[in-house]
Amino acid sequence: MDLLSNLALGFATAASPENLLFCLIGVILGTLIGVLPGIGATATIAMLLPITFQLEPVSSLIMLAGIYYGAQYGGSTTAILINMPGESSSAVTAIDGYQMARQGRAGTALAVAALGSFFAGTVATLLVAIFAPPLTAIALRFGAAEYFSLMLLGLVSAVALAHGSVLKALGMVVLGLLLGLVGTDIYTGTPRFTFGIPAYADGLNFVALAVGVFGIAEILRNLEGQQDRTILGASLGALWPTRAEFRRMVPPVLRGTALGSALGILPGGGAILASFASYTVEKRLSKTPEAFGKGAIEGVAGPESANNAGAQTSFIPLLTLGIPANPVMALMVGAMIIQGIVPGPNVATEQPALFWGIIASMWIGNLMLIVLNLPLIGLWVRLLKVPYNILFPVIMAFCSIGVYSVNSNVYDLYAVAAFGLMGYVLVKLRCEPAPLLLGFVLGPMLEENLRRAMILGRGDPATFVTRPISATLLGLTLIVLVVVLLPAVRRKRAEVFVEEG
Amino acid sequence: MAKGINRADAAAGVLLTLAGSVFGAQSLGLEIGTALRMGPGYFPLVLAVILMLLGLLILAAALRTPGEPTGATAWRGMMFILPAPIVFGLTVRGLGFVPSVFLTTLVAAMASARMRILPALALALAVTVFCTLVFSYGLGLPFQRFGPWVRF
Repeated sequence: MDLLSNLALGFATAASPENLLFCLIGVILGTLIGVLPGIGATATIAMLLPITFQLEPVSSLIMLAGIYYGAQYGGSTTAILINMPGESSSAVTAIDGYQMARQGRAGTALAVAALGSFFAGTVATLLVAIFAPPLTAIALRFGAAEYFSLMLLGLVSAVALAHGSVLKALGMVVLGLLLGLVGTDIYTGTPRFTFGIPAYADGLNFVALAVGVFGIAEILRNLEGQQDRTILGASLGALWPTRAEFRRMVPPVLRGTALGSALGILPGGGAILASFASYTVEKRLSKTPEAFGKGAIEGVAGPESANNAGAQTSFIPLLTLGIPANPVMALMVGAMIIQGIVPGPNVATEQPALFWGIIASMWIGNLMLIVLNLPLIGLWVRLLKVPYNILFPVIMAFCSIGVYSVNSNVYDLYAVAAFGLMGYVLVKLRCEPAPLLLGFVLGPMLEENLRRAMILGRGDPATFVTRPISATLLGLTLIVLVVVLLPAVRRKRAEVFVEEG
Repeated sequence: MAKGINRADAAAGVLLTLAGSVFGAQSLGLEIGTALRMGPGYFPLVLAVILMLLGLLILAAALRTPGEPTGATAWRGMMFILPAPIVFGLTVRGLGFVPSVFLTTLVAAMASARMRILPALALALAVTVFCTLVFSYGLGLPFQRFGPWVRF
């Protein structure tokens, strides 16, 4: 069996002592930062990204994946304990999780979230292992036109799933694309938009952008209020769910996993959509829908599984096509490029150990989360009590060192400050930074494929619609665009996001 | 529907339009090329025009919708948080890693109105010791611990 030998190779890579260690460090660091209120997975990864660059490519990506799961788990922890979801995908968890915590069942809620996530993660990892190779084979036949159309679809879907105004999200995508083009033009060597600063000839530093727009903007936003956080003083209660609770959580976990796995593959942040869809489904199917919002265990189990399954399967487009489905995957692309790996279908064939090692490490990371974090919940709770004014100077020092360590360029540090200001202004103007980051990563790829497709198509733009795969992708893009702009859908969409906030 | 304009959206529209025009003007200075052989300015120019149009659309929509409160602004935070990486950038080569981390943490710590000077100094010292041990000795990052400005 190909699958088995591939997985064996993956586990052999991921289970080497040093990779296990890096996975462990990643999971712990990710949880540590992710537990800080208001800092979600994207900001956490952006801040910790530079630490991983000193490592071997495989170890570095394994550690990053670990950080991702840890951060996501940390986000659920704050959602349950202090009703402060770090990321919109755990916003749903906060609805019933926080109510459970107020009833003294915080321990159970956290355990249910962890167990559900672990199950979903296991299934989704298997799905990635099964579906990645055939998709890679298809992707190898993709030409420039197909890539261009696919990226367009990804960007437009990201807009559809962003909060708030569609127009503003589109604006963010375009701004991101333009920022991504800063630097030397690959065809002619002409410097573009560098304002004569040679340090920017290689383009704006991706880490600086991510740290500034996500990390620093987040810190500034948290400094606005400076009010004391109320943390539940009450005890966590029992950790393990009772037999009856266990039986109640199984069906939502199964449904959540299925929903999440399917939606996670969609470009543009399927995990958020998945947790919402799961919550809605559970509420509809429940015999006691009135219990939802008052601490229903199904309302934690379903969405948490969906969100973790979605997080896992969103690796599929990244690993097979090299196209990020959400901001976190965009950070992964950035990390791969810095490590000298060109993301795309060739990774699986040229570097099987890396490819399968990452897939195997997904499962190991999830296992570590459950083995380590459940006993450590008490520690994370205590961490929540550390005053914020001690935490953020530490974060600032780490960010500065981290960004500088990428390529010892002091201009990157100035860029961090500029992007931090930009990120904060965007937050104040209610513009979502996620589409901007996606645009930034895809900008150069989009342009390159557009130019190549036009040359191959002899300057005739019809090349995008005469090739069947490209035409289908463009058709889908158009449908998504029309749908989100339809007034009826716009109202419905606004309602969904209001419910979330 | 209440009267007035949505200030946040209007500002976003204006900023995006401005950004579009800056990129657009810069693109015009580059070789545009043809659709067959696109020059370095072709794609950015197209994007810049789209961005300007989006900015104007957002602005137009903002003039017809009521505004919402934007909440407090972290002025003090901006005054100290944003310079922190700049301080690091300006001093890491001259002063070296150790003093630079100390200064960066100290500046960032001042961003909170509740931070007193002595705890801030203690915090900066602790962070410096920790970072030096972890990054310089532990991970072996190739930074000079003390730079030419402070060498005797």
